[in-house]
Amino acid sequence: MIKSFVQKKLTFREIDPEKGLRAAMDLSPEAVIDCISDSGLKGRGGAGFPTGAKWKFCRAAKGEQKYVVCNADEGEPGTFKDRVILTRFPHLVFAGMTIAARAVGATRGIVYLRGEYTYLLGGLKKALQERRDDGRLGPAVLGGDQEFDIEIRMGSGAYVCGEETALIESLEGHRGESRNRPPFTADTGMNADPTVVNNVETFAWAACILDKGPDWFRVVGTDHSVGFKLFSVSGDIDRPGVYELPLGTTVQELLEAVGGENAKAVVIGGAAGRCVGQGEFDRKVCYEDVPTGGAVIVFGPGRDMLEVAENFLEFMCEESCGQCTPCRVGNPKLLECVRMLKDGNCSASYLREIVALGESIHAASKCGLGQSSGNVFLSIVEHFREEIMGRAVGSV
Amino acid sequence: MVLLTERDRLRQSLAELAERYGKQRSSLLPILQEIQRQHYHISDYAMQVVADLLGIHPVEVFAVVSFYSFLDFKPKGRFIIRVCRTMCCHMQGKDRVARQLETDLGIGFGETTPDGRFTLEWANCIGMCDLGPALLVNDRVYTQVTPNEVHHIIEECRKVFGVHATQGQEV
Repeated sequence: MIKSFVQKKLTFREIDPEKGLRAAMDLSPEAVIDCISDSGLKGRGGAGFPTGAKWKFCRAAKGEQKYVVCNADEGEPGTFKDRVILTRFPHLVFAGMTIAARAVGATRGIVYLRGEYTYLLGGLKKALQERRDDGRLGPAVLGGDQEFDIEIRMGSGAYVCGEETALIESLEGHRGESRNRPPFTADTGMNADPTVVNNVETFAWAACILDKGPDWFRVVGTDHSVGFKLFSVSGDIDRPGVYELPLGTTVQELLEAVGGENAKAVVIGGAAGRCVGQGEFDRKVCYEDVPTGGAVIVFGPGRDMLEVAENFLEFMCEESCGQCTPCRVGNPKLLECVRMLKDGNCSASYLREIVALGESIHAASKCGLGQSSGNVFLSIVEHFREEIMGRAVGSV
Repeated sequence: MVLLTERDRLRQSLAELAERYGKQRSSLLPILQEIQRQHYHISDYAMQVVADLLGIHPVEVFAVVSFYSFLDFKPKGRFIIRVCRTMCCHMQGKDRVARQLETDLGIGFGETTPDGRFTLEWANCIGMCDLGPALLVNDRVYTQVTPNEVHHIIEECRKVFGVHATQGQEV
């Protein structure tokens, strides 16, 4: 058994997934979209695109067949909340997908589950069968005029497939190489048909919102980031696990909640996120300040930040799909620089060149992976210059 | 002659797979995943047959196999042990677990034991960051692994082979 610590007070525990689904089936598709738009829900995978707008585009797009795809390719280092949601609340996710199907007029749903989570497959298939058996999925959902069924497709160990266009490529049977946008998946997605792609957590919140109403969701948060969000917190803390906190929570408040008050740095958003140093712990975790898909990794006073940068860059070099040059060639140069710093061989002027290269990778890469691949390294160079410069050979 | 019948058998089972998943391009990954599960790798011959069945060029199939880290064109062991090497597991002591695995199996990372039973590999974040160090043995997840437990994990796998197990790769 995999027993992750999960905070006791959790909205998902208190919600009946079927109430939201019933409410959606009684509403017109437009009213469902309005409900989600009014709530202010934004993508919980990290990019933060307004969910209601995405659904609206997909509804307006022309296509014989529309798809609802659940992105369960949770690959960001430090995030595991989707695993917990899929283990404990699969019906909430499936209800959310069915609500999305109602909203956009889709008849086919696909869960793209990462290969590492193959052990979840049995439980998810059982939950889907239960839903088919009592009419919550099938040719007439809840006896109405909505047809919808969900199948599960497995990933095969590629981080980049969490990017929505790469995910679609993978579903179509290709290498997981991201596409140029536009066109967006909402009108040209799976098999060039309109497709809604949302994160596991987004669908779960959508089901909650349909039950409780948009105003219920808006009570917490900031101007641009409303509602609660699940955080996967790990690293040098007393209680690693999954926490539900309002968006706009400061880093300091988050650290107090998880028992990590003596932290020296926090990486928020995983390998694609950024490193926040002690002086910035008053910053807010939300889309307009420090955005995240939920990954929070805490580093205690004894950690070497160069080791952190090295590990995450190794990850990016390995997981880059290789189709565009800045990411494929640039990231190994950043990694090489980290190793030079470790050996004390990196001059200040070379470091300046490499920081400029990091910014070029950000500007010139095609997809989110390349655009964010140097973030952790760049923010460590920014905040920990004293620590990373002037290393003696073989120190630390 | 033996080789020929094995190929016939493979071709037949692949045709059945294509029948089950459909012959459209989007079936390619599910078919390849199934071949990988049954044969622990996807041979050149299997790639050619799949390409013929789906009406695509075999290079297209190779491009897909070589892209995904859970699909292999070289033979792998019956059990693939993947140790998470990403930061959280690293901080929780993955190096010692990895070292013990290398010593107990007598191979390094990226290698397969000569009897074809175990392959040792690194994995990038497997989503067990709160419960590290973590590893995968095929589809099974092991969390909070200690160096001392490594031996038990390997023994658990070895039981599958039983006392009369024969040497060599299962085809």
